[in-house]
Amino acid sequence: MPLDLVVNVTIAGVLTGMVYGLMALGLSVIFGVVRVVNFAHGEMMTIAMYAAVALFTLWGVDPFLAAIPVGAAFFALGYLMQAGLINPFITRPEHSQFMLMVAVALIMVNGMLMAFGPDARNVQIGYQLESWELGKILFDKPRVYAAAMALATSGLLFLFFKATLVGKAIRACADNYLGARVVGLNVKHLYALTFGLGSACVAIAGCMMILLVDVTPNLGPSYTLLAFIIVIVGGLGSMTGALLGGVLIGLSEALAGLFIQPSAKSMFGFGLLILVLLFRPQGLMGKKS
Amino acid sequence: MTPRSRILLALLGAFLLALPWVVNPYLLSVATLILYLAYTGQAWNVMMGFAGQLSLGHSLYVGVGAYVSAAIFFHYGIGPWAGMWLSIALCVAIGAAIGFLAFRFGISGVYFALLTIAFSEFFRIGFDHLQWTGGSGGLFLKVAQRDQIDLANFRGPPAMYYYAILSLTVSALIFCSFLLKSKAGYYWQAIREDEEAAQALGINTFRWKMLAVVISSAMTAVAGVFFAFYYNNLFPEQIFHISRSIEIILGPIIGGVGTLFGPILGAAVLTILADGITEILGALGWEIPGIKQVFYGIVMLLVIMFLPHGIWPPLARKFGLGK
Amino acid sequence: MNRRDFNKAAAAVGVASAFSPLNVRAQAQKLKVGVLLPRSGFQGLIGQSCQKGADLAPGVIRQMLGVDIELMNADTETNVDTARTRAERLIQEGANVLCGPFDSGAAAAIAQVAEQRGVPFIINIAAAPQITEQGYKFVFRNFPTAIDLTVNGLALIGDLFRVTNTVPRTAVFMHVNDTFGQAMNKGISATLPRLTNLPFRIVDTIAYDPAAKDLTVEVSKAKAANADFLLLVCRLNDAIILRREMVKQRWHPMGVVSPGSPGMYEEQFSKALGPIANYCISNAPWFNPKTNMTKVVKSAFAKANPKENFVFHGTNVVYTYESILIAADAFKRAKSTDPKALAEAIRQTNITDRTVLGGPLKFNAKGQVEGNLSACTQNLNGEPRVVLPESAAEAKPVFPAPDYKKA
Repeated sequence: MPLDLVVNVTIAGVLTGMVYGLMALGLSVIFGVVRVVNFAHGEMMTIAMYAAVALFTLWGVDPFLAAIPVGAAFFALGYLMQAGLINPFITRPEHSQFMLMVAVALIMVNGMLMAFGPDARNVQIGYQLESWELGKILFDKPRVYAAAMALATSGLLFLFFKATLVGKAIRACADNYLGARVVGLNVKHLYALTFGLGSACVAIAGCMMILLVDVTPNLGPSYTLLAFIIVIVGGLGSMTGALLGGVLIGLSEALAGLFIQPSAKSMFGFGLLILVLLFRPQGLMGKKS
Repeated sequence: MTPRSRILLALLGAFLLALPWVVNPYLLSVATLILYLAYTGQAWNVMMGFAGQLSLGHSLYVGVGAYVSAAIFFHYGIGPWAGMWLSIALCVAIGAAIGFLAFRFGISGVYFALLTIAFSEFFRIGFDHLQWTGGSGGLFLKVAQRDQIDLANFRGPPAMYYYAILSLTVSALIFCSFLLKSKAGYYWQAIREDEEAAQALGINTFRWKMLAVVISSAMTAVAGVFFAFYYNNLFPEQIFHISRSIEIILGPIIGGVGTLFGPILGAAVLTILADGITEILGALGWEIPGIKQVFYGIVMLLVIMFLPHGIWPPLARKFGLGK
Repeated sequence: MNRRDFNKAAAAVGVASAFSPLNVRAQAQKLKVGVLLPRSGFQGLIGQSCQKGADLAPGVIRQMLGVDIELMNADTETNVDTARTRAERLIQEGANVLCGPFDSGAAAAIAQVAEQRGVPFIINIAAAPQITEQGYKFVFRNFPTAIDLTVNGLALIGDLFRVTNTVPRTAVFMHVNDTFGQAMNKGISATLPRLTNLPFRIVDTIAYDPAAKDLTVEVSKAKAANADFLLLVCRLNDAIILRREMVKQRWHPMGVVSPGSPGMYEEQFSKALGPIANYCISNAPWFNPKTNMTKVVKSAFAKANPKENFVFHGTNVVYTYESILIAADAFKRAKSTDPKALAEAIRQTNITDRTVLGGPLKFNAKGQVEGNLSACTQNLNGEPRVVLPESAAEAKPVFPAPDYKKA
C-alpha cells in the first residue's frame, strides 16, 4: 500500500472527524447540561442546512457568513423549544423524552419534505471543489475550512463556559442541579439558554456541512446517531471531548475503510462505542460521575 | 380482573376469532399487522415496562430470528417449527451477551439504549456483508401456492397467518400476566422503582434483569420467524433498521409501558390512526407527500405530552377495567 | 341501555360496517388501475417521478388505444408493510390490475398479495431477479433484471470502445453495497470473464455504503488502483459525493462509466455538479427517442409538467407508462375486467409501438419481458444524451473525457 495513500486517508479522516466533532458539539453541550436525549439533533442540523441553502440561493450569502444569522435564529429556536416543549420532560423517564424527540423529528423531517420536496439541495461555490497540494498529499479546502470553524466554535464555547458568569452558572447546574437551585440560579432559564447555545452550534455545523454534503429531508437520523456516538466516546459536556471523539471516529472509519472494507467502515464507529461504554463510560474526556 | 373487563375481553376474543370470516382481506392484512406490532411490542415491554431497561435496538432480535429461520429453510429445507428454536437460542445468546455486558459494567438508562442501537446497527451492516444470507441483495424464500395449508412449512392463506399471530399475541398476554404476578414480577417492580434499594434488600438485580432481557429477546425472536415466513423476503437494510426498532416501541409507549394491554391497544390505535389519516387526507384531496407523517407526528406529540403513561391507564380507570 | 349492551351493539355495528360484499366484477367500460409508488419516504423523489408517467397515461392511452382507464393512486411510503396493506386496499376498492412499485422489496410483498388475490400485478421498475423466479401466475415485470442489466451494460461498453477507437486495459469497479449494487456485482463477476470482446479487466473492486456521507477513503483507494477508467454502480446521492471527491482528489480517469445503475443521468446530478457532471456515461434502461409513441408521451409530459425536462424523468416515466399501457392493451383484447382473463391477455401481449428502447413487448413463461435494452447515455451540456446504440443515438460519445490525465 503506497505511503501517500495512507497519509492522505489519515489526513482526510482527521479533517472529516473534526467536522463530525463540530456537529456533535451542540449535542455535547445540551446533553451534558440538560441531560435530555435530543433525538432530533440531526434533523435540526438538516433544517440549518436548508436555511444556508435558502440564504445562498436567494441572496448569494456564503455559508460561512450565513452561520451568523442562522446560528442566532437557532439560538432563539432552541431556547423556545427547551422552555416551551422539553422542560417538563426533564424529570420524565428516558423513553418519554426519546418519544417526544422522535415525534418532533418526524414532524421536522416531513415538514421539510413538504416545504422543499425530496430533491437534494446544495450550494455551489468555487472553493468547494478545490484542494491544496503538497507533493502527493492533498488537503481538501472545504474540510479544512470546516475544521477551522470547528476549532473556533469550540474555542469560543470553552471561553464562554470558563470565563463568563453565565457560563459558570450553567456549569453549576450541570454539576449539581439541587445545589444550583438552592443558590438561587434560575435553572429553567439557564437550561433554555444551554439548549439555545447547543442549537446555535448545530446551526453552525449545518452551515459548514452544506459545503460537503447535499441536503435531503431524511439526512438527519444517521447524523443523530453519529453525534451520540461521538458525544459518548468523547465524554459528555466536554468541548475537547466532542472534537476528540469526532476525530477518533473519523480516523477509525477512514483507516478501517482503507485496510479492511469500505462498506463496513461504520461498524467501527459502533464497535468503538461499545468498547467505550464498557470500559470507560464517562468517555475519553469526561469526568467520572 | 373485574367482571366487566372479563366480559369485554370475551367479546374482544370472540370478535378476533371470527375476524377472517367477517372482514375483507384488506382489513385482515391490517389486523395481522396490528397483532404483529402488538406481539412485538409486548415482547419489548417485558424488558422495558417490567424491568425498566430501554432497548432501542429490538429490531436486532427480529432480524436475527427472521434470518436464522429463513436461512436454514432456504439452505436446508428445515421448516420454521424447528428453525424457530435455533432462532430463539441465538437471540437469547445475543440478548444475554448484551445484558451481561451492560449490567456487569453498570450501564443503564440512555447509555444502555445507545448500546442496544450500536449492536443493532452492527448486525445490520454485518448482515449486509453476509453472503450466506444473501447479503444486502436480500433473502427470498420460495413462495408456494397459498391455497393449501402447509403447517409444517408455515405456508397458507392469510387467515392462517392471522390465527398464528393471534395465538402468539394471546399467549404473550397470558404469559406476561403470569409473569407480573409471579415472583419475577415483584422483583422487577422493585428494581424498576429503585434498583439500589432493591439491591440493599438482597435482590440479585443482575439475575432478574438478565431474565427480563432473555425472555424479551426470546419472544421477539419468534416474531422474527413469523415475519420471515409471512413476508418471504428479507433485506438487512429494512429489517435491522432503526426505524423498525422505533416502530416496535411506539405501541407500548403510546398504549402504556408496563401495562398488559398497553402494547396491544397502542399498536391498534397507531395503525388505525395511520391508515385513518391517509384515508381522511385522501378524501380531502390533500395528497402532499409527507403531510400524513406530520399529522401522525403531531398526534404522537400530543399523546406523549398529555398522556405520559399512555392511553391505557386513563382508559382503564374510566371504564373500571383494572390492569 | 347499560354500558355492556352498548359495547355489544358498538361491536356489532363495527363488524357490520367492516363487512364488504364480494366484488361482483361486471363487464365494465373502464379499467381500474391501482398504481403503487413511493411518493414519500426515502424513495420519494423517484416515486414522484414515476407518478408523472402514471398521471399522463390515461390521456395518452385514450388517444392512442381508445381505452378508458381510471387510476387509483397509493403511496407505499417506501415501507414494505405499507405497500402490502395499500395493495390489499386497492384490490378491495376494485382495482382490476396493480402497477408499480419501483422497489424490489415492495414488489415482492405486493406480488404475494396479487398472487393470493388473483389480481394481475405489472411491475414497472424492480431489478431483483428472484421476483419472477417464484412461479407466480399473476405477476409480470416489464423491466430488465439485474442480470439483463449487466449483460446489456457490458455489451454497450464494448460498443463504446469500438466506436471511439479506445482500448482501456484496466478498470476499477466501485459499487454501492445495497440490493442493487450487490446484484450487479454478482452479475459482472459472472459475465465479464466470458466476454472476450472486452479489452479490460477489473483491478480492484470497492464496495461502499450507500448511506455514507463521506467517500474520501473509497475514492483514495480507487485512485490508487491506477486504472484506466472507473466502472461505477451507484445511486444518486453517492454518485454526487463521489464525483466531487474525484475532482478534489484530482483523479481524472478516461471516464466514469456505469454498466447499469441510476445516479449519473438524473437531474440532481447535473444540477448539483454543474460542468463536472459532463462526460459521465450511464448505460441504463432508456426510452427510444425516435419512436412515435415516445413523441406522444413526451408532449403529454411537457404539457403536464412545463417546468420539467423530460430527459431526466424519461426512464421512470416510460416504464411506468408502459406498465399501464400493458394493462390497457390487455383490457382491450380481453374485453373484460375479470382478473383471470386479464392475466391471460397480458401473457399474450405483443406490443411493437413502444416508448422503451428494445424489442417488442412480449412476456416469457415466467412473466418477464426479455429484450428491453439499455441505452448508453452521456451527460453532454448538462443533459444525458443517447450516444449508443447508433440507431437511437442523438449524439456521438466522447471517450476519453477531455480532462483525462494519464495516471
